[in-house]
Amino acid sequence: MHTKSLNELSTALHNGDISSVELTQHYLDRINTYNNELNAYITVAEDHALTQARAADVQLQQKTAGKLTGIPLAHKDIFCTEGLRTSCASKMLDNFIAPYNATVVEKINQAGMVTLGKTNMDEFAMGSSNETSFYGQVQNPWDNQAVPGGSSGGSAAAVAANLAPIATGTDTGGSIRQPASLCNLTGLKPTYGRISRYGMIAFASSLDQAGPMARSAEDAALLLNEMAGFDPRDSTSVEQDVPDYTASLNNSLEGLKIGLPRQYFGEGLDPEVAATVEAAIKTYESLGATIKEITLPNSHLAVPTYYVVAPAECSSNLSRMDGVRFGHRCEDPKDLLDLYQRSRGEGFGEEVKRRIMIGTYALSAGYYDAYYLKAQQCRRLISDDFTQAFNDVDVIMGPTAPTTAFKLGDKKDDPVAMYLADIYTISTNLAGLPGVSIPAGFVNNMPVGLQIIGNYFDEARLLNVAHRYQQITDWHQQSPEPFK
Amino acid sequence: MSLDKTDVEKIAHLARLAIDDADIPNYARDLTTIFGLVEQLSSVDTDNISPMAHPLDAVQRLRPDQVSETDQREQFQAIAPKTEAGVYLVPQVIE
Repeated sequence: MHTKSLNELSTALHNGDISSVELTQHYLDRINTYNNELNAYITVAEDHALTQARAADVQLQQKTAGKLTGIPLAHKDIFCTEGLRTSCASKMLDNFIAPYNATVVEKINQAGMVTLGKTNMDEFAMGSSNETSFYGQVQNPWDNQAVPGGSSGGSAAAVAANLAPIATGTDTGGSIRQPASLCNLTGLKPTYGRISRYGMIAFASSLDQAGPMARSAEDAALLLNEMAGFDPRDSTSVEQDVPDYTASLNNSLEGLKIGLPRQYFGEGLDPEVAATVEAAIKTYESLGATIKEITLPNSHLAVPTYYVVAPAECSSNLSRMDGVRFGHRCEDPKDLLDLYQRSRGEGFGEEVKRRIMIGTYALSAGYYDAYYLKAQQCRRLISDDFTQAFNDVDVIMGPTAPTTAFKLGDKKDDPVAMYLADIYTISTNLAGLPGVSIPAGFVNNMPVGLQIIGNYFDEARLLNVAHRYQQITDWHQQSPEPFK
Repeated sequence: MSLDKTDVEKIAHLARLAIDDADIPNYARDLTTIFGLVEQLSSVDTDNISPMAHPLDAVQRLRPDQVSETDQREQFQAIAPKTEAGVYLVPQVIE
């Protein structure tokens, strides 16, 4: 049951072969068996899930159910869920129960889906290995000594280990795509503005975007259908119609122009990962696509630019965690300054403090022009490279991450080495473009992801391009042995 | 560029973060390394390049000034560390 696609589950539920309560219980049992070890979930919402499942079963019986009614999923613990703890994997929000639902959660509830629980992540989504979580590291289901990637590492591990059919994630610099790559999933970061950020705890507001983490492009398309759309509560939400992302999945790729950025295959890329990704891209020729080398000359500026822009925005966003209105408050503050400083000092972990300090410094008087303004100008150069490239090609392909999953602890004490894990994903966030990572093969039994980047609001094409590959390959159907 | 103990203390103060004295050398080292990475940007020619604050260059959307939310003070304050008579309590600020 836990290896079925969303379409198969939907059919089984609608035909009455299985009830949503049975399906939900099956996943809860699996979580109960495997989560102690994997640590993919921070909160398992057993009662909440079964209540939702019972409501779904009523709809299914009354034939008022939608396509995804009764299908369970997991939410990254960054989305506010009314009545259910939302910790953002931080001690700061260890006791935080949001008084409202994120729009994404609301829309998915409306679709009749069942929330199994809240998944582990890097604290406030700051990290690429899930090791900065207050609730501990997450194991990669493919190798229990390896990281699942981050920051949406819990969502990735949960779906890869079949502890949820699908999950939500968020991506600020690669946090959907990189863990998808490391755990053999299809993970899509849509265009900035495509999905509402309302109720999604903000890290870097000009970069953050939610998306689906799935076992196939088809599943991702089905969930994106529910997640996407204009929301007046998010001032950067885009008023643009949402197509049915499943309608174009099977479109022909005849004549598709694929761009290969030379800069994505250079120094730092593991040679075996490179060979795997190149072989996957080559497969597209058999589907009628043509491949062309392109250049993104400012690619090398992406990581340094990001590490000014993202921390600057985070230092501002996280100022709301002050120990006054919600979240952690220190014991016996002697004055207001002490209240702020100790509540924040105790509530935030190392990496979060590091990034708040980077951002604070970059924005401080006398340094603003040298760092923040300069980074915003470099951001324009990076974005312009893509605009130029999309004059000639339809999609851009390359690796999602420079290596397969690294070992737990390997990069923990070296922030810059960790930051470079996102070297190929960061630039699309800076430009606001959509990107998807899909399974492309294995190196030493560890998954490798192919990244496909599209033009603004071209999610349908990305999913089409991903789906056609998945029709002629079976990498995405591979599951780690212990969790089959 | 190298950041020292005084820099870290100043930044931590601006950010309202209490950090242990014992951790200051690590923060100084890490921030120095990270700003070393960022330093690459200074050599880029960005004359006449307009800064990009937002991917879509959108303008702020306006809406009619109408009441859209009801008072939910009790619900919102239920999760606050300390409240009294509908206000948030903090240590005394004005003598």
